[in-house]
Amino acid sequence: MIDMDKAQHIVDQHSHLEGGLLECLHALQHAFGYVPRETVDIAAEGFNISRAEVHGVISYYHDFRTKPAGKCVVKICQAEACQAMGSRALTKHAEEKLGMSMGETNEDYSLEPLYCFGNCALSPNVEIDGKLHARVGQDDFDRLVNGGERS
Amino acid sequence: MINVYVPRDTASISMGADDVAEEIAALSDDINVIRNGTWGMTYLEPLVEVETDTGRIAYGPVRASDVENLHEAGFLQGADHPLCHGPTTEIDYLKNQERLTFERCGLIDPLSIDDYKKNSGFVGLERALKLSQREIIDDVTTSGLRGRGGAAFPTGIKWNTVYEAEGDQKYICCNADEGDSGTFSDRILMESDPFCLIEGMTIAGIAVGATKGYIYLRSEYPLCKVVLNEAIRIAKAENYLGSDILGSGNVFDLEVRIGAGSYVCGEETAMLESLEGKRGMVRAKPPLPAHVGLFGKPTVINNVLSLASIPIILAKGGEYYKDFGIGRSRGTIAFQLTGNIKRGGLVEKAFGISLGDMINDYGQGTHSGKSIKAVQVGGPLGAYIPPEQFDMPLDYEAFSEAHAVLGHGGIVVFDETADMRAQAKFAFEFCAVESCGKCTPCRIGSTRGAEQIDAGNWKLTKELCDLMDSSSLCAMGGMTPIPVKSAMEHWPDEFKA
Repeated sequence: MIDMDKAQHIVDQHSHLEGGLLECLHALQHAFGYVPRETVDIAAEGFNISRAEVHGVISYYHDFRTKPAGKCVVKICQAEACQAMGSRALTKHAEEKLGMSMGETNEDYSLEPLYCFGNCALSPNVEIDGKLHARVGQDDFDRLVNGGERS
Repeated sequence: MINVYVPRDTASISMGADDVAEEIAALSDDINVIRNGTWGMTYLEPLVEVETDTGRIAYGPVRASDVENLHEAGFLQGADHPLCHGPTTEIDYLKNQERLTFERCGLIDPLSIDDYKKNSGFVGLERALKLSQREIIDDVTTSGLRGRGGAAFPTGIKWNTVYEAEGDQKYICCNADEGDSGTFSDRILMESDPFCLIEGMTIAGIAVGATKGYIYLRSEYPLCKVVLNEAIRIAKAENYLGSDILGSGNVFDLEVRIGAGSYVCGEETAMLESLEGKRGMVRAKPPLPAHVGLFGKPTVINNVLSLASIPIILAKGGEYYKDFGIGRSRGTIAFQLTGNIKRGGLVEKAFGISLGDMINDYGQGTHSGKSIKAVQVGGPLGAYIPPEQFDMPLDYEAFSEAHAVLGHGGIVVFDETADMRAQAKFAFEFCAVESCGKCTPCRIGSTRGAEQIDAGNWKLTKELCDLMDSSSLCAMGGMTPIPVKSAMEHWPDEFKA
């Protein structure tokens, strides 16, 4: 169950900010791990816009989730500088290792594409549970997703 | 006490700088670890520096496991070691740069306002406070500064338009949605010298009569958010922001707002929509944001580096800045050497150095050791350039003539294994993922383009490129054909069958 008092409190904290809906949605996602359907109504009321508009914003941006993520969130950069250093092969390896396709979520993992961490002199880049790792080879990847450190 | 500098920027942390800092601090009570920004020599990160009587001595790349060995070799006294590069400022990569905008990056503790002031910080603001609004704008116009986000529009003209616009409220918006692959110069500036951006925005606010500024920061840069918010807090406490800046009566407040993973929100009107809490849909122009911008008010939208170049322009005068560069490309630009490159990092140089010198002298060729096949300059909407064109000077007009773009200065190197057909297809695919969907050429054309490349239908691909180029609402759809067409033109053998 979603703690609606907590959600209401978050909306109240942001609804006075001019144009603050994105900040509010980030805060809701930070608190619940995703933006629960139930919170759309109170966000709409708080910002005095329609539920459709709130839904429109949530669905527009890549960052916002409408379902919980896997226990471990793996993001692999798919942009050009990482491609030049083998991110396509690394992505294929990750899909095989985790038994899932890019963009999928299961209970254990979310495997997500990302377009640039801004660390392009040290490609390829992978973020695991919010921590960025540079120059990730396939062996490094295996160690990192198993909770270990890179060599 | 011995001062040891260990950078705290995203790149060095991604290579283990936090662990290195911890190991070094544990060596002795006599060590004062300072977390500076980065010098931008990314290939040496984490670059540890030890302060000695003869200056700061550089060691890198240092892993946590190297610290014990460095200690035994006497690095705290600046002793030699296989990882030692001598005095930092004598390293050729840095020594031959022309550091104007990035003059303090790496040198100072980013969150020490005293360090900032000791290194010519706020000199520009203090001078601006003695000038009229018109004089500030004239100085910026004289400098020849053009928008460093990529569009290269003259900054002084933009400011003047907002200055002359009627409005009870005006805004300064800093575009920190640095989404181009192969770029990180905004990130380095914000992480390594945040007061410089704050000073630039404050001067902009004073010049055009805006009392409120927003930094629209991409969510992929969490450390920038921490550093900027802390710097804003300090600047407010020291009266460099707020309701009476340095007792001058000028008002300027600043707020950081976070994007949500949309590339097209780097387009200025989509950014405004996003700042207003809406879907990041591109607006049709006119009206220009300078007239009808954020919340319908006159708004200056400048890139991080445009605004961060303002303090030195005001401190030293427009003429000083204008003396760097060639033709209509005045001043310096931060190039970023990335992808398959041996010595990746940030190189600030005056416009005019050749692409080949940048890649071979600074970059020293590929990381893989194989030969270079292509470089993509100017982000995902920039052209793929073959080695035969490496003598091209890095300036806006020369690139324009060659149907290429300098953009935000990103240079992504690909070695001989690159598949140019796959790169061309990716340009369409990226556009399909990131299109805001407002105009049809971009929304539909991007998906159809990827299909045509799979089908090998080159005539239709070219026609589609021409259509997207001529009829898209913004640069997203309008420039996606640039990488596609350049790949088809320079590597025709890969576009048969």
